[in-house]
Amino acid sequence: MEKRLLINKIILIASTISALIGLTFLFWILGTLMVKGLATIHWNLFTKDLVQGGIRNLIIGQFIMAFIATVIAVPLGLMAGIYLREYSYNNKLAMIVRNLSDVMMSAPSIVVGVFVYAIYVDKVGHFGGWGGVIALTIMMLPIIVSTTDNMLSLVPKELREAGIALGGSKHKIILQIVLKAAKVGLTTGVLLAFARVVGETAPLLFTSANNQYLTFNLNSQFPSLTVSIYNLATFPDKKSIALAWAASFVLTVLVLIINLTGRYITRNKHK
Amino acid sequence: MNEKKYIMRAEDFSFTYPGAPAPTLKSINLPIEKNKITALIGPSGCGKSTLLRAFNRIHDLYPGMKYEGKILLANKDGGMDNILELKKERDLVRLRQRVGMIFQKPTPFPMSIYDNVAYGLKLSGVKSKSELDGRVETALKGAALWSEVKDRLKDSAMGMSGGQQQRLCIARAVALKPDVLLFDEPTSALDPISTGAIEELVSELKKEVSIAIVTHNMQQASRLSDYTAFMYLGDLIEFNKTKKIFMNPDEKLTEDYITGRFG
Repeated sequence: MEKRLLINKIILIASTISALIGLTFLFWILGTLMVKGLATIHWNLFTKDLVQGGIRNLIIGQFIMAFIATVIAVPLGLMAGIYLREYSYNNKLAMIVRNLSDVMMSAPSIVVGVFVYAIYVDKVGHFGGWGGVIALTIMMLPIIVSTTDNMLSLVPKELREAGIALGGSKHKIILQIVLKAAKVGLTTGVLLAFARVVGETAPLLFTSANNQYLTFNLNSQFPSLTVSIYNLATFPDKKSIALAWAASFVLTVLVLIINLTGRYITRNKHK
Repeated sequence: MNEKKYIMRAEDFSFTYPGAPAPTLKSINLPIEKNKITALIGPSGCGKSTLLRAFNRIHDLYPGMKYEGKILLANKDGGMDNILELKKERDLVRLRQRVGMIFQKPTPFPMSIYDNVAYGLKLSGVKSKSELDGRVETALKGAALWSEVKDRLKDSAMGMSGGQQQRLCIARAVALKPDVLLFDEPTSALDPISTGAIEELVSELKKEVSIAIVTHNMQQASRLSDYTAFMYLGDLIEFNKTKKIFMNPDEKLTEDYITGRFG
């Protein structure tokens, strides 16, 4: 056999095996989650709070914190992204902001948690939902900045020029045409960013901490699904551990749904 | 020279891109006659698009562009104003409403066919629904598009063919009733049939507006235009009636380019 055909075959086999190994672990995780999680899934889980052995308050709490973080991070990140792509012309400040944003994106989430502990929890003297919100906002901000930056860069510059040539001012063209053209990408980006932070544990561990009861008071300890999973899994009794599995399964399904929705929106656009 | 004949004129106009060591355009003198079509031809990189884009100051979208000399635009009082002196965004917006532009690739906005045409009108302050409806219809008819789209005005413009999209862009520009339309290689992304439709439209339009068109297609320049300017490496080599340029140019360089000896 010719040498290059042989090499071709070896590479093909090697990469197929690698892909299979990756998939094996993925399905292993999903399978374990399903087997262990489904065993405990019961309607009561969604109608009762943690104190009564359910996870209703945890799901609500987790989503409230992630939702408020999104409400804060999206406008800020969007505006920063617009500055980077439309107004900075890649000046020094833009280079610094872009680099910092990239660094922040890969910053270990526990570091963000410790940081918010220092600037918030330590100052007000107790754990609280706002601490969790701040930590999740910090996690989310760089993702939104970079998504906006990238999505706007995909809008052809001719579209901006066409708007300007029709007698539009720059800010109107950005708001009414460029953002509209990038809408699908931006929506997907926001959904994926939400999916990313809604499953975070480390930033919440010592900011929002956890609450057994349903509460909407963000100044008190706040119910968190991920922190509960962490706590429950370390308890010695079987019931707690089973609940941790069920909660993990629910979290995975929810994140999966958000992710798939994001992907579905993108795919429909390219039809 | 009869002043009233011209709608725009470049006088000793030089242009430098930011960071470039030398000007891209060197002392250009070029008149745009009223209700005539002026073609700009020349090999890639000769500066013809750069010149066209100076006529409505679209270059100002990017920082650091350097203009020298004058580009004059006829005003209502019969005189001419130097558009390079405009500083405020409001004045530039007004300039672009008077001097429209069509680009190489069709650039429909991500909205309905109707809204694409109405967009510029709304920007210019037209609010009444009936006036919008009327002017959108007139513009679409003017761009020979009305019969094809009148039943789907609310559909997205992104679903039209390339040729239709380009005619939509022309309709959008025509709707503002500009004095001048600048075409930057408007057919180079289109098939021959769409190209024919656009060319027909452009010659039809010169009753209403004055036109400058950049083209790589020599036949297009000779078919369409009344005047032709041949540019080379940032200089305007020759400007004359199109017939003269194509039949009997004064400059050797022009002849070489037109006969396809280089370019």
